[in-house]
Amino acid sequence: MTCWETVQAYAFRSIGFGENLLPRSDFTLCQQITLIGSGLIWNVYFGVLALGFGFFFAVAVALAKSSPRRLLRKPAEWFVFLFRGSPLFIQFFLAYEALQLLPKTGINLFGITVETAWTTRAWAGALFVLFLNTSAYAAEIFHGALKSIPKGDLEAAEAYGITGWHKFRRIQWPTMLRLGWPAYTNEAIFLFHATTLVFFSGFPAFRQMGDALYYAKYFADKTFNPFVAYPIVAVYFILLTLLLTWLFALVNRRLNRHLPSNIRSRIRLRPQLIR
Amino acid sequence: MFEACADPKSIEGLTWAMCYLTSGKHIEFYWSFVTVLLLLALTAPAALAMGFAGATAARSRFIPLSLLGKGYAAIVRGVPDIIFFLFFVIALDQGLEYLKSLAVCENHSWPWQGLEFRVCPEAKIPLGRSSAIWHQAYGFGLAVFTFALVFGAFAANVLYGAMNAVPRAQLETAEAYGMSHGQVFRRILVPQMWVYALPGLSNLWMILIKATPLLFLLGVRDIVYWARELGGMKTQAYEYPHPDWRLWYFLALLVFYLVFTKLSEIVLARISARLNHGQATAGGEALRKAAA
Repeated sequence: MTCWETVQAYAFRSIGFGENLLPRSDFTLCQQITLIGSGLIWNVYFGVLALGFGFFFAVAVALAKSSPRRLLRKPAEWFVFLFRGSPLFIQFFLAYEALQLLPKTGINLFGITVETAWTTRAWAGALFVLFLNTSAYAAEIFHGALKSIPKGDLEAAEAYGITGWHKFRRIQWPTMLRLGWPAYTNEAIFLFHATTLVFFSGFPAFRQMGDALYYAKYFADKTFNPFVAYPIVAVYFILLTLLLTWLFALVNRRLNRHLPSNIRSRIRLRPQLIR
Repeated sequence: MFEACADPKSIEGLTWAMCYLTSGKHIEFYWSFVTVLLLLALTAPAALAMGFAGATAARSRFIPLSLLGKGYAAIVRGVPDIIFFLFFVIALDQGLEYLKSLAVCENHSWPWQGLEFRVCPEAKIPLGRSSAIWHQAYGFGLAVFTFALVFGAFAANVLYGAMNAVPRAQLETAEAYGMSHGQVFRRILVPQMWVYALPGLSNLWMILIKATPLLFLLGVRDIVYWARELGGMKTQAYEYPHPDWRLWYFLALLVFYLVFTKLSEIVLARISARLNHGQATAGGEALRKAAA
């Protein structure tokens, strides 16, 4: 099997296309790079969707958390504490077990049967957990950013008669994004790293369709050699991190475009461990 | 454990629950919480020590030592989290066995043969015939070392920043009084740096707490292992048959972590208040104003 044939057979293996059987012997470097790269599709899928949906929910939670109303503030505080105070690993296990309890035959809602089996599958269940988790972390970031909006800006807005929704849309929202963006970039990067936990925590890899680390572990277990597969994942993730940093830096430049260069906020990578 | 528990099938209600929760397996489950706390108790000082060594090395004027300190922090912090844990433990294990094989084996062939890692049976750590407890202890030791190495790199970064944050004027004053480098380091720099290091170290502690379920991935019988084991459905063949209760076990773990995090927050806030006392920082100023 030439390398090109391997790529054709395994490039989309993680989403169910191509060769059904995983390689079992005579592992080549080409197979490892292709399959692990194929698994990366799942990491990108989880990361992009959780981040995309999570962004809006996080802003809502951050606003609720800064609200003077107890009824809004307390649930938001509890939500953030729940997801930031416990390990993601446990959250995955818990969610998986909870989703398993849903009736297998589906729920009957006003005569329409709602299927529930799909919720225990990684693409939905794990995505949901990641969505809530990143929302909590990002909400804390945006909450901090909301709090550090200069008091003068808000007073100036009120002096001009800008209040309520207008004040939020024109003053608070852009400043919050600008102040929170460097931290949010780090959050995005570590969300992508956290996606590697999915298939290690309850959610089974359906028909051996797993993420990058799932395939890397497959190879490492089969070859008893961790020195090839894991560095491949590491390189893929470093490339992914570079791409993300570049994309977020573009947004950061736009958010800071009105400021003189010496007071623009810069993105600094702050590597963080597991969560 | 209790006499009433001799025949679990015949008892019901509260007695059943009491017997169930004190069964041998459950006692092991409770001990695994101690394992987690032990991991934290061993890892935190070890990581702090490695971080301190790394930060001191990074500040050194001797260039190779300084590069070593900076390189340690940069390399470990740059590698994505979980991969490091999966990779490093196997690598360390194989490295140790290879070194031991050089000492005890007669046949010194390269152990990475094709698809297998082969050393002679005498070089296995622990030996194949040792009891299970040694295998557990060895796995736990590897885990502690890995945690300490990884968190040490993060701590090195925090402490390095904290050492640089100590006002330069204070160090210069100490030098003007005729203190040697060592004296300045011991008497001025180290006592002063903690207040700057504390926010970073608290953050690290929180992350360390949340990283403990990784023990499960490293093959140690920790709380996640037991929660899965005990919670799974038990048929009539078992002493205490019950349906799938894993949800409740994981809920208990979640509560454990939340309570632990909350307690840590409270304790760290107290330490922070104490360290900020009388410091020329914003935190110290806030304390002074609150008292006045």
